[in-house]
Amino acid sequence: MLTKRIIPCLDIKNGRTVKGVNFVNLIDAGDPVVLAKQYAELGADELVFLDIAATLENRGTTLDMVLKVAEQVNIPFTVGGGISSVEHVDALLKCGADKISINSSAVKRPELVNELSQKFGSQCVVVAIDAKKIDGEWIVHLAGGTIPTELNLFDWAKEVEKRGAGEILFTSMNNDGTKAGFANEALAKLSTELNIPIIASGGAGTVQHFIDTFVEGKSDAALAASVFHFGEIPIPDLKKELQKNNIPVRL
Amino acid sequence: MKLVIIDYGAGNIKSIQFAFKRLGFDAVLSKDVNEIKNADKVIFPGVGEASSAMQKLKESGLDTIIPTLTQPVLGICLGMQLMCNSSEEGNTKGLGIFNVDIKRFSNEVKVPQMGWNTIYNLKSPLFKNVKEDEFMYLVHSFYAENCEETIATTTYETTYATALQKDNFYGTQFHPEKSGVAGEQILKNFLNI
Repeated sequence: MLTKRIIPCLDIKNGRTVKGVNFVNLIDAGDPVVLAKQYAELGADELVFLDIAATLENRGTTLDMVLKVAEQVNIPFTVGGGISSVEHVDALLKCGADKISINSSAVKRPELVNELSQKFGSQCVVVAIDAKKIDGEWIVHLAGGTIPTELNLFDWAKEVEKRGAGEILFTSMNNDGTKAGFANEALAKLSTELNIPIIASGGAGTVQHFIDTFVEGKSDAALAASVFHFGEIPIPDLKKELQKNNIPVRL
Repeated sequence: MKLVIIDYGAGNIKSIQFAFKRLGFDAVLSKDVNEIKNADKVIFPGVGEASSAMQKLKESGLDTIIPTLTQPVLGICLGMQLMCNSSEEGNTKGLGIFNVDIKRFSNEVKVPQMGWNTIYNLKSPLFKNVKEDEFMYLVHSFYAENCEETIATTTYETTYATALQKDNFYGTQFHPEKSGVAGEQILKNFLNI
């Protein structure tokens, strides 16, 4: 049976992990390769690296990091942040990234989704969507949730699916950072209305939140950062609990 | 041992090369017919769309070379699919090594299948020291139907051939190079065949 995926997300700046990471005795908690290997050994199913300060100047540094991760890590990983061209994606995939994630660049130029899926295949195109519920409607936001667009979450998600996205990474800005649970109602709607996998993001605080997003939210995967980085929820314990609750996981 | 990864411009070749490097083997990327013919082991990778990948094979003449290889050949993901008779993806003919056709999952399930699923009914030296129901990483929208050449199955919508073998030709739908320690064991087994 296809299992539900647990995905730690690492924020990257100039090829180094930012935000404190403190879940095991690491020699260098800022080294993305060391962290990635550690997560792979703990049973993470995939990893996401988000370049939070991507610029044209530091592109080479990120590519170098991707190459080092691919060299040493034996599970799949996605790279996102500041990606807006076919050439850039080509370079990332050639360095060994399995998937790339685009966000603002897809909103600004939706044809990019078509171009990427045609050239590299849908399987490596993740479209990340940040949305906020305003007056009962889920509105797509850009730039980390600060700039509202005219787009409705569900319409936009369906459009990118049609254009060839292989997966949706949906972050609820209402839930992100709250540790009060994922936006399961919206996630379930996405999962029902679309026919591609949906990754839940934003709001993880407890093991129960993961159970809820897989059951109520019908999510295919759940992404989180701080609960993993600070050891609040060890991945092996989380997966055992999910299994006890009859959620298929890789153990 | 001379290990060659066929480089025909389709897919994430770096990951496969790195996986062998972790096992202590240097794999050479090549599209040179003689280099491929003279290798001890050949990897036939592939990610992307079937008909355009097949087109690339034809342009380089590799479509006629690959079926004539006599050393162990391992096709991965789209590589495995291209070794079959035909594919519904772009309605293309394949290399005809495995006597089976490639179909698309219906919309009763999410497409692509993406993530970790189990492989079972393992029957090949390729799976030495790999346990039944081991997890492998899969990303695909099309699959090979169960057939005589099946050496492992996976269930997603239907039970299908997740690995195939005929003579010296092996194929896996899953990505051993991305499937943790168990995946590395399969690559190691291939090198020992």
